[in-house]
Amino acid sequence: MNASSFATSARTATNRRVESVGKTVLAGVTALLILPLTAILGLLVIRGAPALSLEFLLEAPAAGMTAGGVFPAIVGTLWLVGVSLAVSAPVGIMAGIYLNEYARANWITRMVNLAIVNLAGVPSIVHALFGVGVFVLFLGLGTSILSASLTLAIMTLPVIIASTKEALAAVPMAFREACWTLGATRWQTIRHVVLPNSISGILTGVILQVSRAAGETAPIMFTGAAFYLPFLPQSVQDQCMALSMHLFTVSTQVPNVPEAIPYATALVLLSVVLLVNLLAIAFRTYLRRNRKW
Amino acid sequence: MVNASPMIEVEELSVSYAGKPALDQVTLDVRRNEILAVIGPANSGKTTLLNCINRMIETIPAASVSGTVKVDGHDVAEYRDPSMLRRRIGMVFPLPVGLPMTVYENVAFAPRMAGERDRTVLDESVERCLKQSALWDEVKDRLDDLGTRLSGGQQQRLTIARALSLNPEILCLDEFSIAVDPVTTMKIEEVLKELNKDMTIVMVTNLVLQAKRMADRTALLLNGKLVEVGDNEVIFSRQAADARTFQYVQGLFG
Ligand SMILES: Nc1ncnc2c1ncn2[C@@H]1O[C@H](COP(=O)(O)OP(=O)(O)O)[C@@H](O)[C@H]1O
Ligand SMILES: [Mg+2]
Repeated sequence: MNASSFATSARTATNRRVESVGKTVLAGVTALLILPLTAILGLLVIRGAPALSLEFLLEAPAAGMTAGGVFPAIVGTLWLVGVSLAVSAPVGIMAGIYLNEYARANWITRMVNLAIVNLAGVPSIVHALFGVGVFVLFLGLGTSILSASLTLAIMTLPVIIASTKEALAAVPMAFREACWTLGATRWQTIRHVVLPNSISGILTGVILQVSRAAGETAPIMFTGAAFYLPFLPQSVQDQCMALSMHLFTVSTQVPNVPEAIPYATALVLLSVVLLVNLLAIAFRTYLRRNRKW
Repeated sequence: MVNASPMIEVEELSVSYAGKPALDQVTLDVRRNEILAVIGPANSGKTTLLNCINRMIETIPAASVSGTVKVDGHDVAEYRDPSMLRRRIGMVFPLPVGLPMTVYENVAFAPRMAGERDRTVLDESVERCLKQSALWDEVKDRLDDLGTRLSGGQQQRLTIARALSLNPEILCLDEFSIAVDPVTTMKIEEVLKELNKDMTIVMVTNLVLQAKRMADRTALLLNGKLVEVGDNEVIFSRQAADARTFQYVQGLFG
C-alpha cells in the first residue's frame, strides 16, 4: 500500500468535508449568539445617549424621576451585591468543599445535593416571599439592605455550592490519593492541591452570580429596595435604591419619563455588572498565576 | 542489638468491597530490611493488601476490613491520625501521579506538610531524595519545571523520590514498572537494592522474574487468598509447598 492510497480514499474525503461543515456550523452559531448581544448593547447606547452624562452617574433622580441621575441606585446596587456576596461566597464555597471533600456518600448527602439542585431552580419571586417572611418579619431585620442582601444570598447560594462542587470534582482523585499517601491531612490536601487547581472554576461560578444578584428585582423589591430615597444608605440597616428596581420604576411606574432615561439606566446597570465581573476576573487571573498543572 | 521482630505483621486480614471479598484471611509477616515481593494474577488482592498497610483502604467507602495489621509492633488502627502512619510508609503507585507543581515542590511537599519550613533543610532533602532515586543528574537543572513535563520513566522516579522524602522505614511499590521502559526499570531496581540497606521494601509486581531477581522472599496471592510465602530459593524451585506456586512461577497459568 502506498501513501497516495491513504490520501485519496473516499473515507478521508468524507471526513474532511464533515470537519469543515462542522466548523462552519459552530462558527455560525457563535456569530448568531454575539449578534443579539451587540444589538442590545447598541440599542441601549443609541437610545440612552441623550440622557447619558457625568451628571447622570453622579446625581440623584429629580423632578419625580423624570430628570436627574441614578447615583443612589448605583451605590445601592453595589451595597446589595457586596453584602450578599460577602455572605453567599464564603458560605457557598465552604458548603461545596464540605459536600465534595468530606461528606460521605450516604442518603443524607444525596438528599442535600438534590435539595441544592432544586433550590437553584426556584423562581426569584419565591425567594422574595421567603425573604419577607424570614428576614423582614420573623428575624425583625425590617426592610433593609441586610434583609435584601440575605434574600439575594439565599437565591445565589445553591448555584455557588453546585458550581464549587463541580469545580472540585474536576480535580483528579489521584492527586488527593497521592497527597494522602504522603501523610498530608485532608485539609492540607484541599488547601495546597485541590483548591489551587479549582479556584478559577469556583470563582467563575461566583462571578456568574454577581450578575444575577445585580439584575434581579423581585427578591429586593419587598425586602429592602426603595422606589426613591433622597439620601444614601449609611449602614446595612438602611433601605437603598437599586439599579434593577429603578429601571423597573422609570419604565413602568412613573408617568412622563423621557424615553432616554430607562435606556441609560439599563446601560449603567449592564456596565456595573461588567465592571464587577472584570474585577472578579482580574482577581481570578491573579490567583491562577500560581497554578501549575 | 538487632531487632528481630517483624516490621509488618498482617493477621487474618480480610477485605471486601461492597460485600464482594477481595482478601480472605491473609496472614503474613514482612521482616525488617527484607524485600518481600507479592505476586499473583490481576485482581488477586495485591493492591488491596498494600492499601491496608497505610490505611488508604479507609478512603474507599465501599471497603470493609477485618483483621489486624501491625507496623513496627503497633496496630495501625491505633493511629488516631492516619497521616502519622502514612508518613512512616512510602508508597509508589503503578502509574506515576505527578502533583501539579514543580519537580522541587513535588519532593518538598511531604516535608512541608509535616511542618518543615527551613529552606536549606528542604533543599538538602530534595537533593538527597532525587539522588537516591537516580534522578538528580537528569533534573538538577529543571527543578523549577512542572513535574508533569518529565518523561514517564522520570516521573516514576520522581514519585519514588517523593515517597522517600520523609525517610520512611517502609517503602511499598505497586507494579512500579508497568508504565516504565526496561532501562528505567533496571535503574529503579538498582535504586531499590541500594535503599534496601536500611529500608524494608514490599514490592507488588506482575513480573515473576522481577520478584525472583529482587526479593528475599515472595508471597503468592490468588483470588484474595495467600497461597504461599517463603524464601525465594524455595518459591522459585520445585520445593514450593503448594503446587499452584510452581505452576504460577513457571507461567503455567495466570
Ligand atoms: N475500589 C474498589 N471498589 C470495588 N472493588 C474493588 C476496588 N478495588 C479493588 N476491587 C476489587 O477487589 C479485587 C482485588 O483488587 P486489587 O486489590 O486491585 O487486585 P490486584 O492489585 O491484585 O490486581 C478485584 O476483584 C477488584 O475488582
Ligand atoms: Mg493492583
